[in-house]
Amino acid sequence: MMGKTIAEKIFETHLVDEPFGDVCVLKLDRVFCHEITTPTAIQDLVSRGKDRVFDPDKIKAVIDHVTPAKDSKTALQGKILRQWAIRHGIKDFFDIGNNGVCHAIFPEKGFVRPGFTIIMGDSHTCTHGAFGAFAAGVGTTDLEVGILKGVATFKRPETFRIEIVGSLKQGVYAKDIILEVIRQISVNGATNMVIEFAGSVVDAMTMDQRMTIANMAVEAGATSGICLPDETTVEYLWPFIKQEYESREAALTAFTQFSSDKDAVYARSKTIDVSELEPLTTFGFKPDNVRPVSQMENTPVDQVYIGSCTNGRIEDLRVAAQVLKGKKVKDTVRAIVSPATPKIFSMALDEGLIKIFMEAGFCVTNPTCGACLGMSNGVLAQGEVAAATTNRNFNGRMGKGGMVHLMSPATAAATAIQGKIANSSLFVN
Amino acid sequence: MKEFKGKILCLDRSDINTDEIIPAKYLTEIEKKAMQPHLLEDLVLDGFNVKKDLQDVAVIVTRENFGCGSSREHAPWALEVNGIYVVIAQSFARIFRQNMFNCGMLAIPLKKEEIDILFDCCKAGETFLSVDVETSLIQVTAQDKNLTLGFAISQFDKTLVQKGGWLEYADENY
Repeated sequence: MMGKTIAEKIFETHLVDEPFGDVCVLKLDRVFCHEITTPTAIQDLVSRGKDRVFDPDKIKAVIDHVTPAKDSKTALQGKILRQWAIRHGIKDFFDIGNNGVCHAIFPEKGFVRPGFTIIMGDSHTCTHGAFGAFAAGVGTTDLEVGILKGVATFKRPETFRIEIVGSLKQGVYAKDIILEVIRQISVNGATNMVIEFAGSVVDAMTMDQRMTIANMAVEAGATSGICLPDETTVEYLWPFIKQEYESREAALTAFTQFSSDKDAVYARSKTIDVSELEPLTTFGFKPDNVRPVSQMENTPVDQVYIGSCTNGRIEDLRVAAQVLKGKKVKDTVRAIVSPATPKIFSMALDEGLIKIFMEAGFCVTNPTCGACLGMSNGVLAQGEVAAATTNRNFNGRMGKGGMVHLMSPATAAATAIQGKIANSSLFVN
Repeated sequence: MKEFKGKILCLDRSDINTDEIIPAKYLTEIEKKAMQPHLLEDLVLDGFNVKKDLQDVAVIVTRENFGCGSSREHAPWALEVNGIYVVIAQSFARIFRQNMFNCGMLAIPLKKEEIDILFDCCKAGETFLSVDVETSLIQVTAQDKNLTLGFAISQFDKTLVQKGGWLEYADENY
């Protein structure tokens, strides 16, 4: 018997059907929903006379993309989602005051477990693979079927194992690692594959860092980006699972049964030594257009954005605040920070990070996805340039005619101070 | 089942993303037909004129990794409300490809050489094609020639197209 990868094991334990031997129909443990892609699904289900949900406890919903609503259309999207959650008894619905960026708030609430299958109508759903789950973005029809029947189809996954080794230089972070991975394998280097992130660097990462790398797996085309569950995963989840397992060791044993076998077969493998890696940023309109910050210095920016499902978590804010402490944002720059959830916002307040951001001249917004995809809270004008800790630098992504340079929170903070793309080592000893 | 035939529009670029197919600012629309005027309006491609080139088009032919980026099904919907039910490409991003079949539409992969032939036909003048899902054949009618191309999609995908999409199939079967 050949060994199996974590993705193969998750598929095996969730397989419902293999129609025509072509695809796997999987049972879902979670269906996550937000107010941009779910209302159309709800309306379609209603119009077909199928306004049902497979299990209200496995469905979690949040208003996060445009919140508070910016106009009548976004208000209506929120209303459709809110009323649907109420009428179907979906208890875990996060609305204004309690809402945050989906891929930050759902893990924070303990909704993700190793071995889970998760879909959402959002391409960055791969983020939850950081916990050893198979999590994938889907379109509206797949979301509808997930809501209605609790199943989804995926091709049997081939796995691309990417081993990250070495030791990081100061000023180099998880974001730089995933940009390097995408640079090396390209924007469709992992299409229809699962990326399994492994190696000593990933093993040493916190959950926040693992979420940053898993988040951008889709930018290399991957279906999901998975990190293997370990003590770090258990420690993060412990407050949510201590009723279910008698000890951390017992939880670890249960979770690691999903881990890839030593003799698992991979479609592709690659080892990346990050010891010489420098801080990176993007230059064109594709996430694999990646260069060292040192080659992009002196690129002026109009706006700096720190936030998003990639880099809006507490560790990201800590890193940025460390660079910004006692400094001022260049007067030619509009700087915006969006803590990804109310809890992160609250921690940042308690730790004095919000004060540092505000004294530096940042606008601190409520938790929302808005600016990242040019929907609200920081849209670019024609010809403007942003430095952002987000995940996509597509042409016009943050506003028609605008340009985005992706980078780590440390690099973004340094860029805010300099008014042009800059290495954080200028400001941190 | 939809009818898969009509005029071809060639888009000679790889990695055309879903923000280019339908920009995120239109995701606040909850009616498909609201996408109709905005298809490909942010596409950056030399010689492409969004106002002119989309007229009467029923098929898009393009290069690699078409539909990368966001999971938005608004991308296939924007095609659908413009009467474009077929995209033929060297390769597709996973979610876009799945969304097309889930909507009962076709995302057909062809080899680079075959795509090159279709591009050459389009360069010579208006080119039309029709797709027979049952026999997996594409009939191409170009200015100076007619030709037939075979293609392969899975039986499952074929079934989704014949049934008109994944939702009804799934509700019947699971």
